[in-house]
Amino acid sequence: MTAIALPILFPFLLILVFIAVKSNRTAQLIAVVGTAVLVVISIYLFFEVQKYGILTLDMGGWKSPMAITLVVDYLSVLMLIVSSLIVFALSIYAIYFMPGQHKSTRFYVFFFALIMGVNGAFITGDVFNLYVWFEVILISSFVLIIIGNSKEQLEGGIKYMALNLIGSLLFLAGLGLLYGKTGTLNMAHLAQILRAEEQSILINSSTALFFIAFGIKAAVFPLFFWLPASYHTPNITISALFAGLLTKVGVYALIRFFTLFFVQDQAFWLNMLLVVAGFTMVVGGMAASAHYDVRRILSYHIISQIGYMIMGLAIFTPLAIAGAIFFMIHNMIAKTNTFLIAGMINKIKGTFYLKDIGGLLSQSPLLAVLFIIPAFALVGVPPLSGFFAKFILVKAGIESKDYIIVAVAVLTAMLTLYSMIKIWNEAFLKESPTTELAKSEEVKLRFGHFLPSIILGIASVLLGLFAATIFEFATRAANQLIEPAAYINSVLNHTMP
Amino acid sequence: MNSVILQLAAKYIRALLVFFAFVALLRGHNQPGGGFIGGLLAALSIVYYSFAFDRQKIRKQLTIKPEGYIALGLLIILLSFLPSIIQGETLMKGIWISIPLYPLEELKLGTPLLFDIGVFMAVIGITLLFFFTLTKSR
Repeated sequence: MTAIALPILFPFLLILVFIAVKSNRTAQLIAVVGTAVLVVISIYLFFEVQKYGILTLDMGGWKSPMAITLVVDYLSVLMLIVSSLIVFALSIYAIYFMPGQHKSTRFYVFFFALIMGVNGAFITGDVFNLYVWFEVILISSFVLIIIGNSKEQLEGGIKYMALNLIGSLLFLAGLGLLYGKTGTLNMAHLAQILRAEEQSILINSSTALFFIAFGIKAAVFPLFFWLPASYHTPNITISALFAGLLTKVGVYALIRFFTLFFVQDQAFWLNMLLVVAGFTMVVGGMAASAHYDVRRILSYHIISQIGYMIMGLAIFTPLAIAGAIFFMIHNMIAKTNTFLIAGMINKIKGTFYLKDIGGLLSQSPLLAVLFIIPAFALVGVPPLSGFFAKFILVKAGIESKDYIIVAVAVLTAMLTLYSMIKIWNEAFLKESPTTELAKSEEVKLRFGHFLPSIILGIASVLLGLFAATIFEFATRAANQLIEPAAYINSVLNHTMP
Repeated sequence: MNSVILQLAAKYIRALLVFFAFVALLRGHNQPGGGFIGGLLAALSIVYYSFAFDRQKIRKQLTIKPEGYIALGLLIILLSFLPSIIQGETLMKGIWISIPLYPLEELKLGTPLLFDIGVFMAVIGITLLFFFTLTKSR
């Protein structure tokens, strides 16, 4: 099944195209078409997974565990679909919101390098290969942060790079130890070896290193400091891209590792995850409510929402993990959408600072509606996606008698509501504080400006309306994770069509 | 820097470095070496040369610009996947052809070599890009 490699190969091809393309217009067109093709590829893979079960591809014709294996199961393919949908919306958004500066096709080179890295991380079945994709993500995102070369961006970029490099270092140390102990880095082979092993003393050192490394990547408490230091500095298109994809790759890796092979001493590690999840939710939520820059509020809010995903993993029942996956799908879409709206507010008002904004409700009712959808989805108002995501998680928490985390989760929803209401009140409801002079500079938005947000808004609504179907797929993904026999079998024994 | 000794040495060392770059590239499959190391050596030859002579002039005289090397390298890497796809094999499987060279042994050429040449080019490009960017005088 060579098609499995397409989510990596296709962006790679596009990178080459963008190096050659000089015209900004052509680049924008290729980007939109290219990301649309990515959506089609991931949906195709989804149907293949439905038909044949877990798909594997041993690169280079070697037999796994020798080969670098690409594995696509339900979790991977769901992540692929959501991420390609987000980058599709963003490629439209970039047309209107990325300034067409000199060498702007460079932006697209690294945009697709990031997509390649994220897709690679989602479908690889090899720990070292995962490390390589994390590096691809890190380098391309660093370049994206500093596009524009402002002092603020460089400062944010350096902080981002430095703290993430520490994460990469720990990741490398962890995988080195793991290789020393087991002699393999193929995930399925590792699972086969480690699941048969009762001894946990030797494994815990690697578990701890991976826990911290992925914790940094996923921005959990207390390792999240790189995120608020850097996310508000780049162009809003890039912030939105990061909000949708970056931290979720870390969460994906945590889910993958802690379900597949770090299953010794589970009681300890799951408790650890549970505590981390609780603190992440509360601290992120509280920090968000203290700020007045829209981008900072939303950045801290990303952290708060990561807590829910970790909570699902930590409760570790099929229902909870399905909840975590559902929550990831919902959050990636809704969170990106709020950043898109922040960009539009900035476009109209020329600032991200809430105190200088106001009166948007009468000025642009469509924008208000578009804000309401992701905001209510994030809070968890019933017909929208967030309600079902939180409902599943809370239900799983109550079933496994983790009452404290449930209480924290419900409380954090209040904090979320508070920050969303704050943005609503300050930006949309209150009178515009700007003077006459500033008003004349206000920009009217065209339909194209709204289109990406409309796409993601519709996705949020559909996710709520067809929650049962999505939940069904999330459950299948969770079952594949909880019972990894099928995963191990299809990688190592090649039970493939 | 304007040292006659350095300039004279640079000419010979450059030739040597290029030669060993290709040696490293070609022997990489069975012995230590490969595209990455070969690429570093090849880039070093230009770096060394530009220490001895005027840097910006050297940069202008490059037939292929550093960015061009990177693009070319990535393109060759992508092309090296093609034979395996065309033959219907697993992606990235090494496809070898052998050219008989009488009276010598046969010459075996394969996609791994093509891949290595791609890496070689990309490494030259990125090293030169680093070098010329970091030494740019304001």
